[in-house]
Amino acid sequence: MIHARNLPFVTTLAIFVIAYGLCILQFPNMLSTRVIGNLLTDNAFLGIAAVGMTFVILSGGIDLSVGSVIAFTSVFVAVLVGSFGVHPLTAFLAALVISTLFGCLMGAMIRYLMIPPFVVTLAGMFLARGAAYLVSTQSVPITHEFIDTMLGFYIRFPGGGRLTLLAMVMLIVFAVGIIVASRTRFGANVYAIGGNIQSAELMGVPVGATTIRIYALSGFLSGLAGIVYTLYTSSGYSLATVGVELDAIAAVVIGGTLLTGGVGLIAGTFIGILLQGLIQTYIVFDGTLSSWWTKIVIGILLFVFIVLQRTIIWYSDRRLAVRQLKEV
Amino acid sequence: MTWFTRRLRRLAPQLVALAIILGIISLIAPGFLTISVQNGRLYGSLIDILVRAAPVALLTVGMTLVIATRGIDLSIGAVIAICGAVAATLISDGYSLPVVIAVSLGVGIVCGLWNGILVAVLDIQPIIATLILMVAGRGIAQLITEGVILTFNDDTFAALGSGSLAGIPIPIYLWVGTALIIGLLMRRTALGFLIEATGINRRAASLAGVRARFLLFSAYAISGLCAAIAGMIVTADIRGADANNAGLWLELDAILAVVVGGTSLNGGRFSITASLIGALIIQSINTGILVSGFPPEFNLIIKAGIIIVVLTLQSPAIMTLFGFIKATRRSGKLNHGTKEATR
Repeated sequence: MIHARNLPFVTTLAIFVIAYGLCILQFPNMLSTRVIGNLLTDNAFLGIAAVGMTFVILSGGIDLSVGSVIAFTSVFVAVLVGSFGVHPLTAFLAALVISTLFGCLMGAMIRYLMIPPFVVTLAGMFLARGAAYLVSTQSVPITHEFIDTMLGFYIRFPGGGRLTLLAMVMLIVFAVGIIVASRTRFGANVYAIGGNIQSAELMGVPVGATTIRIYALSGFLSGLAGIVYTLYTSSGYSLATVGVELDAIAAVVIGGTLLTGGVGLIAGTFIGILLQGLIQTYIVFDGTLSSWWTKIVIGILLFVFIVLQRTIIWYSDRRLAVRQLKEV
Repeated sequence: MTWFTRRLRRLAPQLVALAIILGIISLIAPGFLTISVQNGRLYGSLIDILVRAAPVALLTVGMTLVIATRGIDLSIGAVIAICGAVAATLISDGYSLPVVIAVSLGVGIVCGLWNGILVAVLDIQPIIATLILMVAGRGIAQLITEGVILTFNDDTFAALGSGSLAGIPIPIYLWVGTALIIGLLMRRTALGFLIEATGINRRAASLAGVRARFLLFSAYAISGLCAAIAGMIVTADIRGADANNAGLWLELDAILAVVVGGTSLNGGRFSITASLIGALIIQSINTGILVSGFPPEFNLIIKAGIIIVVLTLQSPAIMTLFGFIKATRRSGKLNHGTKEATR
């Protein structure tokens, strides 16, 4: 029997499998490893950012700064490598340190100034975007031998598909994320805070340190997503990735994580990302549909999943009430 | 304490912040405060702030009510795009102005009611409920304009954005008028009070006989209506509907304006006037940076810096600290007093 909590995840998985099946029926080529490889590569940066977002949402918070941090990181790395001739690895390290510290700072503001996460990360979104404009307002191209070797590295599937380095990074981040969320003390603390922050505090969960770590993790992963995005586009542009945080939040919600916090799976987010990628791929394959249908379909999916979650909560509440009545 | 001084006390932090910001800008950019009359219309940076603030100010009015019910409305930027697209389509199809305005306002209210259904009937968290329309809304707007920036040539409709009446630009009438009507409706009737009750504790309010569900519906509907007016102003101003960029991120500006205005995101007590001053503060920063001659790259970072300072000063932690200092000082005085008395 499936636990009611995992029902949203199982539903998402079922919808993904059915949708993919229907797509294959219409376009048999969508089964090819090339399509799958491209789907993973195209959504790599979004997936990495969505893992951080899942942790934040599991703790009952939200992080609106993701898209801006990605843009900042990408333009920062591009300028360091392209204009100053810094080695890419050094630039990556610097970018990750900055984005992690940025996340720490937001976490500290949320915890110690008691400002709601929504407002803090909103200000953070403006700050990071502003910082990106300060670095450069132009689209900065990067060419470097090291980056070329990185981009040239891939595993070939049978059938011509490629698992690129970018897709591998995303898969690794998801794997680590799943382990951290389900098998470590930090993960348990995140679920505890999201479930009920007062109970968590009374049970001795270090709420302050965990909150700061959660936002630092989200900042770090946004930075990593920014690096992947830079490699993916081979350039940095401060106006890029506007609204990526919404796509990430949508993936998390479609993946079955409750926005109230405390319930959800990192694996669900992965399916959410795949589902979004599938919609885009289908639109490309179809050729007659316009790109804005992506947004509308994602909106409809969001609606369906949120209503589904409500129904599950309502149903389990009612079952609980019936059981209590029987006991009386 | 009279009604007036109490009001002034509530608005003091926002008014002081606005005065300081305007003061700093006028120091950097001389001539900032001058207002002149040209071609029978008022001109000047201050007037410009009032005109440019119109969309955010309108959104702020609706957003204040929604936030007072302990909700949030992320969809209004997308609603601006939808209503703008509807208005532009109808205008270019040759419908008359009253029809265009009525239909656009209707579409805005329908969008608001959709959010209201999700929040009040299906009990979905407001932030997610409105996220749906935020994501899908721009797609819908593009569906209406068929993916192009729909331009039109109709001077009467364009006047909504760029015209003036008795020397004062029309957008100012629109936002001040809307704010006055809704403000009076809230404060001269019990509506505002009941909305506060719903925001503080919806269950308690319902048990006390407040029709919380109806109030939630009306708050979101008003928010949609305000977004529709803002959408028409934006569309009329550029004489075209841009489904991708019209009203982009304006919902965030509106939320910031409400927060700067001192209304808590946790619902309850609200002040539309304070929120509007918040909107003027944000617009003054925008305009101020432009007229001060800073490179536009600095725009966002300065804005973010100022907002972070304001938020920090207003944060519950700092407020508690201030309250603590005040209380210790007062109790110090009290102790002193009792010592004197015993002596």
